[in-house]
Amino acid sequence: MISQPLRAETRHTPGVAIIALHGDIDGSEEATLQQAYAAATQDNADPVLLNFGGVGYINSTGIALIVGLLARARKEKRPLLACGLSEHYREIFEITRLSDFMQTFPDEHAAVKASTHAG
Amino acid sequence: MTSTTSGWNFWPLRRKPKTDAAPTTPASAPPPVHDILLGWDIAPRDPLLAYFQHHSGAVEVNRLNLDSPALRRLKEEGILIVAPLINQGEVVGLINLGERRSEQEYSSDDRRLLDDLAVQAAPAVRVAQLVRQQQLAAVERERIETELRVARTIQQTLLPKELPARAGWEIAAHWQPAREVSGDFYDFIHLGDGRLGVIIADVTDKGVPAALVMATTRALLRAAAERLVAPGDVLARANDVLCPDIPPKMFVTCLYAVIDTATSLVCYANAGHDMPYLRRAAGGVEELRARGMPLGLLPGMSYEEKEVVLQPGDTLLLYSDGLVEAHNPEREMLGFQQVRGLIEQHSGGAALIPHLLAQLAAFTGPNWEQEDDVTLLTVQRQTPPPAPGWRILGEFDLPSAPGNERLAIARVVDLIAALPLTPRQIDRLKTAVGEATMNAIEHGNQFQPDIPAHIAVLAAADALRVRIIDHGGVDAIPTPNAPDLEAKLAGLDSPRGWGLFLIQNMVDEMTVTTDGEHHTVELTVKLEGAAT
Repeated sequence: MISQPLRAETRHTPGVAIIALHGDIDGSEEATLQQAYAAATQDNADPVLLNFGGVGYINSTGIALIVGLLARARKEKRPLLACGLSEHYREIFEITRLSDFMQTFPDEHAAVKASTHAG
Repeated sequence: MTSTTSGWNFWPLRRKPKTDAAPTTPASAPPPVHDILLGWDIAPRDPLLAYFQHHSGAVEVNRLNLDSPALRRLKEEGILIVAPLINQGEVVGLINLGERRSEQEYSSDDRRLLDDLAVQAAPAVRVAQLVRQQQLAAVERERIETELRVARTIQQTLLPKELPARAGWEIAAHWQPAREVSGDFYDFIHLGDGRLGVIIADVTDKGVPAALVMATTRALLRAAAERLVAPGDVLARANDVLCPDIPPKMFVTCLYAVIDTATSLVCYANAGHDMPYLRRAAGGVEELRARGMPLGLLPGMSYEEKEVVLQPGDTLLLYSDGLVEAHNPEREMLGFQQVRGLIEQHSGGAALIPHLLAQLAAFTGPNWEQEDDVTLLTVQRQTPPPAPGWRILGEFDLPSAPGNERLAIARVVDLIAALPLTPRQIDRLKTAVGEATMNAIEHGNQFQPDIPAHIAVLAAADALRVRIIDHGGVDAIPTPNAPDLEAKLAGLDSPRGWGLFLIQNMVDEMTVTTDGEHHTVELTVKLEGAAT
């Protein structure tokens, strides 16, 4: 299990800001996540989709960062969505009740579709 | 020797003894010349001896014309007739006759009698000489044995009376002295806070001087070890103090290791002694090399220090020359490579000692003349036995550095490879182990790199258990409350605090215990399907 630092790519499709994540999410990656969120949300009020497709490892301090991101999004009344979680991490999202506050989708396509429909 | 009424005196030729000490002769008041035992030796090259080797039989002294100091002295002392005692071609003594009491001449009958007597007496004289030599040699041997006994007694009083007892560690020692005292010794020093100093050393030379150097060195090392911490400093200090006082051409090889039985860290330095071996429970034998000159040769030396961490089941072996340099009947040496091989074929622990000794005996054969002391020391970090029904799949230590939980996860996954776990169970276990190890590293051990987190993986017929142990047992165990996400989202609570909650939800059972010094977290996962 070679640890990989987190890389965040920000993209925009009409109606959704996408942050594609690659690598490991633990407490040391706060800056990366917050900067990506800031870049994604600049000058728009769109929902933010976190794509976890490239993420192989999330630990409890990583969960804490996601909670922080979620709190920030809720303050802005901005929906935070998730896709690409492995079965294991989807289960963790459920256990922690994150999935009660962040809608999860199997992939980016489904998430964008649902979001633009809703929006 | 007695004299006879006819004035014979019997003078055995004393061989020059091998030592220079002259044998003593019985002191007595000098009787008249006819009765004395002539108390002097003939020099080995005196022509008289050469003459007698070619002319056996009595001869009148005045008829001989040799440039012989012995002959001159015989004449001075009034000897008239000399008959050599010849045994196996060597002159072993002389029968010397002075003037007859009656002052008559010696007749030819007398001369014949003298010759017969000489022939009879020579072998007896030779035997008496040999017996004398043996007695002298026995006295000398006894003297040497006494010195060796004294040295051996000194040496034995310097050796530890007991082996240290440490929970979770097994220490064994074997000391087999050579017939002639050589200079091996070993020692244990109880330093504060659980650390144990281990010394093995070898003094050159033999006998009482070596034993005294051994006593001095042992005292120096103890004094330095109790004051200084680092093994390299201890050896440097001992070397500086030893150099001015040690006899020339003597020196001491020494290996000094400090074992921290709480963290299993071994720090060592070596003054020219045979390098120790580390038998890893996980497989393989490592050489522990640290450079340094023997003690007592040159002052101002510095000694390289090295460190190694012993994992559960690992065995450290310290030994002396006597093992490696033992010879077989073909005069081949056992050698380092062979010794290393012997260790490799054995699983380690105190039983390594009888194994090595048996192999040594097989190599040297039954008639081995042991030339050097054989000293063997083993120090093993034990694996604690599992509870009945459980077997240990593996155990290891991890330094308490952030991120090392990833290593813990990887190693546990390796260890459970053969168990019937579903992929989901494996993923859940990985998360639980990662979180428990993170807690141990951060909260239990406070990220201190020299205090490891200890992880053991055990299996029973229907379950798997992972045990994570840290050194934070003094602190209270936090009671796990389910984290309140809404409170966190509202900013009423820190976003953190998910670790224990995750663990509880990832495994079938989680128990946390403390013994006052250590926290132990045990994670249990039930195995579905067949027993392993």
